[in-house]
Amino acid sequence: MRAWCAAGVAFCTALLMSRIAHTFELLAQSRRKALIPFITAGDPDAALTVPLMHALADAGADVIELGVPFSDPMADGPTIQRSSERALKQGTTLAHVLGWVAEFRKTNTRVPVVLMGYANPIEAMGAEAFAERAQSAGVDGVLVVDYPPEEAERWAELLAVRGIDAIFLIAPTSSQERIERVARHARGYVYYVSLRGVTGAANLDIAEIARKIPQLREHVKLPIAVGFGIRDAQSARAVANVADAVIIGSRLVQEIEACPRERVLGSISALIGEIRRALDA
Amino acid sequence: MQLYDLPDDKGHFGTYGGVYVAETLIAALDELKAAYLHYRNDPEFRAELDYELKHYVGRPSPIYHARRWTEHFGGAQVYLKREDLNHTGAHKINNTVGQALLAKRMGKPRVIAETGAGQHGVATATVAARYGMQCVVYMGSEDIRRQAQNVYRMKLLGATVVAVESGSRTLKDALNEAMRDWVAHVDDTFYILGTVAGPHPYPLMVRDFQSVIGIEALQQMPELAGRQPDALLACVGGGSNAMGLFYPYIDHPEVRLIGVEAAGFGIESGKHAATLCAGRPGVLHGNRTYLMQDDAGQIIETHSISAGLDYPGVGPEHAWLKDSGRAEYVAVTDDEALAAFHDLCRLEGIIPALESSHALAYAAKLAPRMRSDQILLVNLSGRGDKDMHTVAEKSGLTL
Repeated sequence: MRAWCAAGVAFCTALLMSRIAHTFELLAQSRRKALIPFITAGDPDAALTVPLMHALADAGADVIELGVPFSDPMADGPTIQRSSERALKQGTTLAHVLGWVAEFRKTNTRVPVVLMGYANPIEAMGAEAFAERAQSAGVDGVLVVDYPPEEAERWAELLAVRGIDAIFLIAPTSSQERIERVARHARGYVYYVSLRGVTGAANLDIAEIARKIPQLREHVKLPIAVGFGIRDAQSARAVANVADAVIIGSRLVQEIEACPRERVLGSISALIGEIRRALDA
Repeated sequence: MQLYDLPDDKGHFGTYGGVYVAETLIAALDELKAAYLHYRNDPEFRAELDYELKHYVGRPSPIYHARRWTEHFGGAQVYLKREDLNHTGAHKINNTVGQALLAKRMGKPRVIAETGAGQHGVATATVAARYGMQCVVYMGSEDIRRQAQNVYRMKLLGATVVAVESGSRTLKDALNEAMRDWVAHVDDTFYILGTVAGPHPYPLMVRDFQSVIGIEALQQMPELAGRQPDALLACVGGGSNAMGLFYPYIDHPEVRLIGVEAAGFGIESGKHAATLCAGRPGVLHGNRTYLMQDDAGQIIETHSISAGLDYPGVGPEHAWLKDSGRAEYVAVTDDEALAAFHDLCRLEGIIPALESSHALAYAAKLAPRMRSDQILLVNLSGRGDKDMHTVAEKSGLTL
């Protein structure tokens, strides 16, 4: 293995590191910040999910967060609740979502895909069965909103042995002790919730984030992604000044909701492209 | 025998319970847990709670020997624990008084609650008025339509009722929305959860506040009947009245604990709320418990004639009591509950809540199979005034 490494560093890095770690390493080398869009799988419909993933990747997404719809999305605001309802109305299941990731992987092996959702659909499939199917589909990370680290030790282990990163949240209210705990369990990146509330809320406080992130970095060695409440190129740029990655969810989902179906891909590409340029400027 | 000491310090009842919430809620739950564990055994807190339960709620609630009912059905003697006689007409206020007193000590001037039928909302609005707190109640828009009278009661008591339009627009969605409010307003807000579900410490705390029911019964039954009952019966939606009656009896293995769920149109119809009888374990609303869910793990809509039992989850302690065999869970249909409702009205002059009528309906089935020197204690968890419209409609009348 070491001899190979000498022959081709990039190839070897890709083998030894998760796709997420590799992505962040490349970004760090080029001093760029990661752009992580979130969409709900199956919204507005099943046929558009994989094309949307490709559109996001082509427009400059570094990681794609794919929401697994759930009937009771307790930590989400109205925008993402409605997108889950639309997806569920189309009959979207976790098995479909895994199928879409596999399809995306047929032509894109570069951009990491992180599934984000709630525990019950995973438990209904069986945690172990899910981990196996996620691995073969080409899923790189999983964030289960209602698995805090203390309920997720076995879970993180199941993912780790299959090379999938267990991603955890840190909130503005998280104590020092909890930040340390999350830092011990997390892989890939840490998702810092930028405000007190649910996804899509409007009360983003950049100064507060700028104050908090250096404190997190004392314990968290992984890249720090910031999400909840980032709405445009300007707020994305401001957050990217202090964080490693910017997550855009509700704003995109809103666009998908508002747009006529035939214009969704173009409109999402334009929005992500604009934020990409702001981040790289 | 080792005394029952669940939950553990992380809120687990075996594999059930726990804290399955987003990180954004953890600090609030930690603060609540610390405060509750502190005041739980604080003599001043206990004294104020006892005073309020006695003078404001009207406790202890009596136990009543339903002689004509017993004669009518034959077999075991049926006694009723009269939670319907509490202020606001149900057991719900035992819990809201306790949590409101805790909120006061934690310096939270605003309380929020979820409600289905409106009973817990009314009980929360009531104590908020009593202690001078701002009160917001989340209620599914579908339930608001069905329970106009309780909505008006809450407004009279000074509460703001917020219509929840997401999901199935019922109790589970109201609970989601209350949690979302709490995440955004943790600093000044206390979430008064209405049942023994939700993340730790709620199942523990609500059980403790409701256990006054069983503690009184333990003392009243020997005084009244010369001994403890052979079985306790209580309806189970989320399960707070049942847990309140059962908990002090868990270490009395000679007393059977029987929870009665809502079979709606019948378990085989799929339109029911019999979570423990027909559901599967999963994670919802912050805890691991039995759930009504489809094969893909989505929560499905439940049905019961009684809005208070119309919930797709159940308290995690009930899940544990079921699996461990300490309690039994059965289900009765809408029609059986309705028949028991009418029987109690005519035989005893008591109009029971449709929820409580489920427990009565099972008593009517069980008692005739028992000897006349045996005793059943049924928790009459609430009165039926709120159900007039539902019952009249079923009889083809419009009020």
